[in-house]
Amino acid sequence: MIVRKIAAQDWITKEMLLIFVILVTLPLWIEQIGLYRYLGVEIVIWMIYGLGFNLLLGYSGLPSFGHGAFFGIGAYAFGLFQLWFFENLWLAIVFAIFASFIAGAAVACFVSHRRGIYFALMTIAFGQIFWFIAIKWHSVTGGEDGLLNIPRAAADFGIFAFDLDSNTELFYFVFIVFVCIVLLLWRLVHSKFGKVLQAIRQNEERARFIGYNVWLFKWVAFTLSAAIAGLAGVLFSMAQQGAYPDVMALHASGIIVMMTLIGGGFVSFWGPVIGVTIYFLARDVLGIITEAWLLWFGLVFVLTVLFKPEGVAGAWQEWRKSRTSTVSGYQTLLQFLSTKKR
Amino acid sequence: MAPIFKASEVHKRFGDHVVLENINLQFKSDCLSGIMGPNGAGKTTCFNVLTGKYKPDRGRIEFQGEDITGLAPHEIARKGISRSFQTMNLFNEFTVLENILIALKEVREHGFDFMHLLARESEVAAKAEKILSLVGLSGKEYHRTSDLAYGDRRSLEIGVALAAEPSLLFLDEPTSGLGAKATTQLLDLIHRLKQKYTIVMIEHDMNFLFELADSISVIHWGQVIAYGTPDTLRDNKWVKQSMLGEGA
Repeated sequence: MIVRKIAAQDWITKEMLLIFVILVTLPLWIEQIGLYRYLGVEIVIWMIYGLGFNLLLGYSGLPSFGHGAFFGIGAYAFGLFQLWFFENLWLAIVFAIFASFIAGAAVACFVSHRRGIYFALMTIAFGQIFWFIAIKWHSVTGGEDGLLNIPRAAADFGIFAFDLDSNTELFYFVFIVFVCIVLLLWRLVHSKFGKVLQAIRQNEERARFIGYNVWLFKWVAFTLSAAIAGLAGVLFSMAQQGAYPDVMALHASGIIVMMTLIGGGFVSFWGPVIGVTIYFLARDVLGIITEAWLLWFGLVFVLTVLFKPEGVAGAWQEWRKSRTSTVSGYQTLLQFLSTKKR
Repeated sequence: MAPIFKASEVHKRFGDHVVLENINLQFKSDCLSGIMGPNGAGKTTCFNVLTGKYKPDRGRIEFQGEDITGLAPHEIARKGISRSFQTMNLFNEFTVLENILIALKEVREHGFDFMHLLARESEVAAKAEKILSLVGLSGKEYHRTSDLAYGDRRSLEIGVALAAEPSLLFLDEPTSGLGAKATTQLLDLIHRLKQKYTIVMIEHDMNFLFELADSISVIHWGQVIAYGTPDTLRDNKWVKQSMLGEGA
């Protein structure tokens, strides 16, 4: 009986399929609603970044305010590999992820001893160090101008290859990466490892006293999250065909925190996906109406933290609880929005 | 018979304040050993030092003949020592079942398993169910921990400690905050646990401890001031003075 109930999580869920369908058809309808295809690329890249970041914030309870550093390291490493060595998409991606992984692993050695405010402050400090290096090391990073003209090499699968020149092609490449990351992270957060991370978030001391090496788990979570941020950085540098220090700045690191919190990363796996969508829609829709859109977005963030810290996903969960009956036509949508971390 | 656990000349200070001074303790297998003393005597600090939360400034701690002085809590836990806490220390967002599962030895040994779900294996779930039954929480597997009644939380606290299959179980003031009925239930539970586990228990409630313990160490002013069976300690002048406030 117990086994049947707790073995309910699968590799693929209805919520997942719903979001995959929405995204895979995005190039077909995004222009119909007055937006543009490149926005889709950007949104999916940041969704990947957000999901990886939430492994740390939502699942492990570790607030990193310096994650932009790993996003930037991925972007720079991807560009440098191709500019210095040779144009090969796969090798450049592997190199960039490895660079972010190593940087994340090094930082994690220090920050994993801490949690709460001290953890946050240390991540800010490390983030600022990497950002400063990116700004000042002109000969390698291009300084404030960044790295320009990073090639967008073709995706060569040996027997066939396809170009990534257009935004639609790039979108589908990014989408495939997104699917892989979702499948991987979904499984990971529901695995024994994921449960231990959640246990550590709830009560680090207890986790330690039942025999878990808390430092090591935090180290692994941080390093994995940094590697995923690096992968998102790779995709961003492909999209922009450049790598810039702005993404490593403190405010850029703060934005991913805001996205994750507004979406409801603390209560839902899909929190970052929702938060990223809200952020980019606010930027591009609200941005048409007012240049001060970030001010309004900031206000929404403040109100969220004050009145609904569980974010949009949390609000949906509450709304669903308060409903006594469910309209069957919306059942799938509601289930998706109320998917709790279990 | 050699003791399963032995602390020799253990000393702990915080700044200028000496909390434990030359503590010597021995706990025998298959017995319930008690530690008692008035508030502020250093009992919980003593537990914290013995289970690795604090490193002793000097002294030696041995478990099953092995020196465990200064080891980290997770290393000590992996050697077979579990503990409960005076202040409730659970995973409040988890269900009751998840609290037990995460503490099981089998799950802990595969903590870095990235692919397999928690307790897909039936034997692991069955083991969790057995522990829940032992601590009287059957039927509450899927209750959120934070929604449990205080007494049930206390039972779960012990259940989590048991899940690791300890060779030695430390219980820190298990009756703390419990009413009369819950205390009676807990007494019954610890009586049952005593048949299977070696237990060390700090307890402020003298009657509770005297009912259960095979031997008791009395700590006061950071030192062990008396040791003996409940019967011999009942009339000890130091015990009377420290616990009952009676003149020696």
